[in-house]
Amino acid sequence: MPKLMLLGDEALAQGALDAGISGFYGYPGTPSTEIIEYAQKSKQAAENNIHRTWSSNEKTALEAALGMSASGKRAMVTMKHVGLNVAADPLMNSAITGASGGLIIAVADDPSMHSSQNEQDSRYYGNFAMIPVLEPGNQQECYDMAFYGFELSEKYHIPVLLRLTTRLAHSRSGIVTKEPIPQNEMRKPEDMFQFMLLPAIARKKYQHHLELQKDFMRESLNSPFNAYKTEASSKKLGIITTGLAYNYLREAFKGEEIPYPVLKIGQYPLPEKQIHQLYDSCDELLVIEEGMPVVEEQLKGLAFPGLKPIHGRLDGYLPRTGELNPNLVAKAFSLPDTIGRPVPEIVVGRPPALCVGCPHSDTFLSLNEVMAEYGRGHVFSDIGCYTLGFMPPYNSINSCVDMGASITMAKGASDSGLFPAVAVIGDSTFCHSGITGLLDCIYDKANVMIVILDNATTAMTGGQNYTGYGKLEDICLGLGVEKEHIRIFVPLKKNYPEITQIYKEELAYNGVSVVIARRECIQTLKKKNKMETVE
Amino acid sequence: MKKDIILAGVGGQGILTIATILGTAAIKRGMNLKQAEVHGMSQRGGDVQSHLRLSDDPIWSDLIPYGSADMILSVEPLEALRYLPYLKEDGWIISNSTPFKNIPNYPPEEEIYREIKKIPNYVLFDADTLANAQKANRSMNIVVLGAAITHLGFSQEEIEEAIKAIFAPKGEAIVEANLRALLAGIETK
Ligand SMILES: Cc1ncc(C[n+]2csc(CCOP(=O)(O)OP(=O)(O)O)c2C)c(N)n1
Ligand code: SF4
Repeated sequence: MPKLMLLGDEALAQGALDAGISGFYGYPGTPSTEIIEYAQKSKQAAENNIHRTWSSNEKTALEAALGMSASGKRAMVTMKHVGLNVAADPLMNSAITGASGGLIIAVADDPSMHSSQNEQDSRYYGNFAMIPVLEPGNQQECYDMAFYGFELSEKYHIPVLLRLTTRLAHSRSGIVTKEPIPQNEMRKPEDMFQFMLLPAIARKKYQHHLELQKDFMRESLNSPFNAYKTEASSKKLGIITTGLAYNYLREAFKGEEIPYPVLKIGQYPLPEKQIHQLYDSCDELLVIEEGMPVVEEQLKGLAFPGLKPIHGRLDGYLPRTGELNPNLVAKAFSLPDTIGRPVPEIVVGRPPALCVGCPHSDTFLSLNEVMAEYGRGHVFSDIGCYTLGFMPPYNSINSCVDMGASITMAKGASDSGLFPAVAVIGDSTFCHSGITGLLDCIYDKANVMIVILDNATTAMTGGQNYTGYGKLEDICLGLGVEKEHIRIFVPLKKNYPEITQIYKEELAYNGVSVVIARRECIQTLKKKNKMETVE
Repeated sequence: MKKDIILAGVGGQGILTIATILGTAAIKRGMNLKQAEVHGMSQRGGDVQSHLRLSDDPIWSDLIPYGSADMILSVEPLEALRYLPYLKEDGWIISNSTPFKNIPNYPPEEEIYREIKKIPNYVLFDADTLANAQKANRSMNIVVLGAAITHLGFSQEEIEEAIKAIFAPKGEAIVEANLRALLAGIETK
């Protein structure tokens, strides 16, 4: 069979499809978005009627996937690392309820923050929830781990966390596929206690969860994704790699045999027995892991006298932050480093900017006219293309923290006396996490003006649909925003007089106003026009 | 054969299409391939790069180590310079000379060209004009690819075959425009 050339994300999606998945759930977020996008384009998924539409946010997505699992079917939820913060509640509690049909929680981390607010490492969540974690090292493992993850999940009735990182999620390579297997039949939960976390039941279930840990450990020890190479010409150093760090190790040694023992980890919890063997047989250890020093910290625990040196990101053998690469790994071994010519001084940065003609641009420029008299520090914002409104020539916004925080921070600031307090939030972000914040504002009759940027899409991540499309006014009305304080304008230069008038009136109103800036993202518009000409 | 190629440009200039064409030709030969792509924030008119690794032997890292790329293939001259630390001593720069100016502080072209010409092996040429001359205005990226293929050890036929396979769904006219663009690039010295 010819190899399929797939991104890590796509390989995981294809693996899940071939492994009999019934539903993908998720919210877009780089670098995880292509998992569901692949399923949305897949003929196989369409023919088998696999669920693959977007959810409002990561929490609703994980809960829906848990519901599908509770009904006996295989489900996967996908998100970027910060999405797991939003879904942390169902994560921690589904670890206790457990799963029924195979449940994979696929999370893509973004070390070096290529397009993220932070570089948190999802393996901490795996440890926290005490569930098995799979970390593929290449595209083929992404594919294979879908099968393996569902089986592991069903064997122990436990959700399995699968951690990807940017370089694997967004790198393409050939994969060999397997014969697809059919979906599970729908079946009602047999155990009426399983999803009922009343304290008395939860305590028992937690005990059971603790007992499962030794099974998870045994699975790691025997995992096809963990490999322990003991033969070595030198025992000066023992090496532990996780996920794709193994590739950088091999690259650093130019594909030659590694002279030291190597423990390659692709499945957690860490196989303690092998770690002990490695520790006992070598003078020092070096941990090479993508992301935060999760394994290194675990091994070091509390430093005590007599501990052999354990090297890694915590002692400067590898940088404390950021992505790994072959050169950084080579340096950790004091291997000769390679570096080309320096970047000439004349080379300047080319930072991303709002597209020419972007609707956000007109919303910001008109807002600036009205806000000029108050100075900076009044406009709380959020995450999306419009975060670029912080940059010149706009300099319009002052915050970007986590999805939805614009509205709630503006409310808190208003509570403390700031006037005016303005929130600028994207339409998709509003539906993700802004609605509940708006309800808080209405409940307290906070003096805030909330600008919703309705560009009809989730533009930042490439133009996905979102759940509240076409319903923004109805949502605001339904929550209790007064009809006369829901204002709509079209962000175009010729409308500036009208727009600034609207802003002024709503700033003057002592209460909650919602101003909707409605014009489609020009990128999605272009795509649509292109499709129409093809048809 | 083993080729490590850095593809460079600005979002929307078509470097991923170049990667797909080279990848298709390499797979036809039975080679291994890894290609790290850029998605996300950097697509809003920012710089984009892709690491393309082709080899008869297994490939480990998705990223090309510094100082070991055989070629920087760039559709924009300033972007060609941004990745110099990846280029090996005797590596090639193949670059379009037409600047893409979407920043206020874009350096003077002459200075950019001077820096590129310091590299022993380079091809610097106006691919935009060649593409336009072929009535293939949107195929500047394929012109640049054309200038690179012999340095990468691919034959014209292999690349043509890949182009036909990839652009076929878009219709005969687009296939033909891209084949003309490729030829214009190949004839560049
Ligand atoms: C919890 C969380 N989930 C997902 C993301 C990724 N993400 C950043 S912005 C964004 C969507 C922005 O869409 P919208 O609010 O409509 O603004 P636009 O980009 O269209 O201007 C997403 C999905 C994130 N940063 N945090
Ligand atoms: S992609 Fe759309 S929303 Fe984002 S900057 Fe471009 S036009 Fe604006």
